[in-house]
Amino acid sequence: MYNSKYVISVLVIFLAVFSYPFWGNLASKDYTGPKLSLPADQKQCIEPVEFMRSQHMTLLNQWRDSALRDGKRVYVASNGATWEASLQKTCMSCHTNKAEFCDTCHLENAVEPYCWTCHVPPKGNE
Amino acid sequence: MKRSRRQFLKVASLSVAGLGAQLAAGGMTKAAAAVKPSYKEDALALKAKRWAMVIDTREFASKEDFDACINACNTAHNIPQVPGKTEIKWIWKDAYEHTFTETTNKYQSKEVEDREYFMLCNHCENPPCVRVCPTQATYKLESGIVAMDYHRCIGCRFCMAGCPFGARSFNFTDPRPYIKDINPKFPTRMIGVVEKCNFCVERLDEGKLPACVEAAPGKIHFGDLSDPESEVRKLLEENYTLRRKPALGTEPGVFYII
Repeated sequence: MYNSKYVISVLVIFLAVFSYPFWGNLASKDYTGPKLSLPADQKQCIEPVEFMRSQHMTLLNQWRDSALRDGKRVYVASNGATWEASLQKTCMSCHTNKAEFCDTCHLENAVEPYCWTCHVPPKGNE
Repeated sequence: MKRSRRQFLKVASLSVAGLGAQLAAGGMTKAAAAVKPSYKEDALALKAKRWAMVIDTREFASKEDFDACINACNTAHNIPQVPGKTEIKWIWKDAYEHTFTETTNKYQSKEVEDREYFMLCNHCENPPCVRVCPTQATYKLESGIVAMDYHRCIGCRFCMAGCPFGARSFNFTDPRPYIKDINPKFPTRMIGVVEKCNFCVERLDEGKLPACVEAAPGKIHFGDLSDPESEVRKLLEENYTLRRKPALGTEPGVFYII
């Protein structure tokens, strides 16, 4: 092999850099999700937490269509409780801290929903 | 080990069938776990087949009379007070010849001609704005109200061209800085969307009359045009009323007692 000294050393460096995500992660700590400020006086959201975590945007879309197009503004949750289908009047009355609830998680997941260009965040935030 | 073609096909078909069954079963349990949405109307909601408004223009004389309604609307809907030509209007007042453009006769009652008149979205029975909207951001509800879903508005302003009453306003700038006290119960709008009066559909759905009607008791009347027993129908029978631009055939839902 010609120039084996250079070829092998560059190969080793390349492999080390290329495989960095694997061995780098082995050394680092496990990923922990962002810490959200949850309403202190409530135990559960309107639906189970897993559903809310993964489906809240779908639910809000359904709320909007139901309220605006069908005039049905009362949401019947899976446990039978009823809620007004309104982001500002229902969600934000418990989740009064947009910065430490909505924004923390959205930032972590690199999503930028444009709810707040129109919807009014609760006053406690400003 | 030697396998016959027959044996191979048996094993292969069984495994494919097994895989399919597993996927189907997984899909079904997922569907069962998903929350079934269910929605209903508020028990207090006011209902009508055709909402209409009757404005007693004889009752509106001073600036305060008009301002009471306009301010009530502004606070209820977070309407920005943008100065100049880019102003946002839901309900406003204007002169006789601008309101009733088709009925300007010579030598009319001076008093009627000098009066000012409220203007707002007429919630037409045949709304041209709904026909031209390319995204169905504006639509007619079963109750006759021409409503808007600002989420869908792309700001093309076809509706503004379509509306013969000038009832629609475009947000040329971010409206937030022009709202003094933001009402946290209603959203604002954003730059690039059209907005207009919504006959307070959000209030009707929770059993309240429109904000301007509430602010002018006995001066603005609101009710079901399709119900012969309703207050608005009785007022229409007893008083001479006008509608704006009737010749266009849009069938406005706002009546003016002259």
